[in-house]
Amino acid sequence: MEGATTAVAIAVAMIAAATPLIFAALGELVTEKSGMLNLGVEGMMLVGAVSGFAVEATTGSGILAVAAGAVAGMALATLFSVLTLALLANQVATGLALTLFGTGLSALIGKSFVGMPLPGLPHLAVPGLSDLPLIGPLIFGHDLLVYLAIAMTFGVHEFLYRTRPGLILRAVGENHDAAHAIGYPVLKIRFAAVLFGGAMSGIGGAYLSLVYTPMWAENMTAGRGWIALALVVFATWKPARVLAGAWLFGGVSILALHAQGSGVAVPSQFLNMLPYLATILVLVLISRDRTRIRLNAPACLGRSFYPTV
Amino acid sequence: MSFDAWPRLEPRGEPSPAMVWLTPVIAVAATVVSGMILFTLLGFDPVATLQAYFITPVSTRYGLAELALKATPLTLCAIGLATGFRANIWNIGAEGQLTIGAICGGGVALAAWGHEGPWLLPVMMVAGVLGGMGWAAIPAWLRVRFNASEILTSLMLVYVASLLLDYLMHGPWRDPEGFNFPQSRQFGPDALLPIIVSETRLHLGSPLALVAVFSGWLLLARSFVGFQIRVIGLTPLAAGYAGFNQRRLVWITLMIGGGLSGLAGVIEVAGPIGQLTPSISPGYGFTAIIVAFLGRLHPVGILAAALLVALSYIGGEAAQISLRLPLAVTGVFQGMLLFFLLASDVLIRYRVRLGASSHRRPAPAAQGIR
Repeated sequence: MEGATTAVAIAVAMIAAATPLIFAALGELVTEKSGMLNLGVEGMMLVGAVSGFAVEATTGSGILAVAAGAVAGMALATLFSVLTLALLANQVATGLALTLFGTGLSALIGKSFVGMPLPGLPHLAVPGLSDLPLIGPLIFGHDLLVYLAIAMTFGVHEFLYRTRPGLILRAVGENHDAAHAIGYPVLKIRFAAVLFGGAMSGIGGAYLSLVYTPMWAENMTAGRGWIALALVVFATWKPARVLAGAWLFGGVSILALHAQGSGVAVPSQFLNMLPYLATILVLVLISRDRTRIRLNAPACLGRSFYPTV
Repeated sequence: MSFDAWPRLEPRGEPSPAMVWLTPVIAVAATVVSGMILFTLLGFDPVATLQAYFITPVSTRYGLAELALKATPLTLCAIGLATGFRANIWNIGAEGQLTIGAICGGGVALAAWGHEGPWLLPVMMVAGVLGGMGWAAIPAWLRVRFNASEILTSLMLVYVASLLLDYLMHGPWRDPEGFNFPQSRQFGPDALLPIIVSETRLHLGSPLALVAVFSGWLLLARSFVGFQIRVIGLTPLAAGYAGFNQRRLVWITLMIGGGLSGLAGVIEVAGPIGQLTPSISPGYGFTAIIVAFLGRLHPVGILAAALLVALSYIGGEAAQISLRLPLAVTGVFQGMLLFFLLASDVLIRYRVRLGASSHRRPAPAAQGIR
């Protein structure tokens, strides 16, 4: 029983660690499916984290805080869109700029919030079920955003593969010239996809500062935005695999944390390297199959669209 | 989608060479104006803040030397990055390569502690360069052998490198007489770069950066490898038909980037810092990305851009002390600068037209960063 309780505690922590990655990676997946490569996920997450924290600290409303995170992410995504869609700037360079800018901006906004504690978001409480031993905390005891993340995974899958707008979005990502020739508004669709990515990254960031830690610290995302980008490749652009991949990463980081707590004789710094090394490892394992990447990656990923007709 | 109501972009037949060098000026001007708005929003007098930020810090000889000191690692890292960016090879892990360079160079200094000689500094430099190259070899190999994105692998290795440095500082390399502070011994005199301007901290590393500028220019503008790098960046297909070996260029550009970043790392620890500490760089490796673009991926341009961006570091520190301006403003400034640059770069390949659209639109000039 003791061991089972520990296992459940680890699993619960793992799910929480995975949740910001699920949000950010799902958003980026939709963005990339439309043919846009936004490397600014880390910056959007940071700005989402600090905005969510600021709103929670001043209004005390969790819902407003999460919404603020989403809006902040969308604001940065708009900036990205203006540069890449209207001004045809290089997407890789603009994404890097977004991350550098978001890092600085979040540090500036967050200056007065460093070290301030927050109560965190409410957890699901189903009468009777949440109190069950083991199953209660594992299935019915998370905060609401955990369930939202899982629902979004299936929602995104349904949208992309079972609806007409989803089909159009994928068409734009595969061949923007053909989509344009048929009469689809390529730029509008891409703008919407980038905005969705921004909102999701912002929520992912807000989850970190509102629930996971909960506090604000400069650069608190610690590379999670980049891990989310790697997750999209790892998932070969399929939503359900994002979920699996994020849980795997959550598992790696929580096990590293747990190993430290239980006094494993490896310096903590080496354990903390594990999520980054795991990212490299899975990236290599997936990317080595060039055909698989070529078949699954949107064909127009990262290419600017300029209508010639 | 039509933008008929908006000013339209019309492709130029050829990229405008004048605009290539004019857009950085536009970007700097736009950043200064936005900076004044930002200062006002933060409740500071914009003109006085601007002066405290950009003028006062460099109005002394010491200030100018500090400027050159900060520009040195930025120049080194940016030249390495630009070599890759030109060939569409996105090494964004210069910060990690710098860290490993510092660890290797600093490690030599610590190992030789007590048995020093004039041979020490050159050995440290070589160790730092090799360390940076070794660290950059990982993304190069993973890209060439396994097709893994060098953007993500090089970035992940930044975190790994900084954790490694943190481990060494808290563990085996901690100064035994340092009261448990997480930092190494102070390097001995033979492990320190000689000061070249008295009463300042300006050291021999800065002339080394100038050598790198010249060598970088020589490589890109006057060598066959440089030609291949430029062709692959502008038209990858043509490079393929010409039989240029893309994998070799991945290796070459990442080795140059890693080596120069590693050198920047040694120069920092053997110069202004004088020992190993858990944080040896305030993000030079990342800021170098901005420097590379602002300098038009051209070594001489990079030198000018590095001085300008170094000013944003020094100004940020000075304004923090004199006006209590938040230090984070520096990062916002640097980010804005890159945004404005990327935005105004549209003018290189397009001209802005108002009024009715022409019927036929020619295809835009070749894509590429510059």
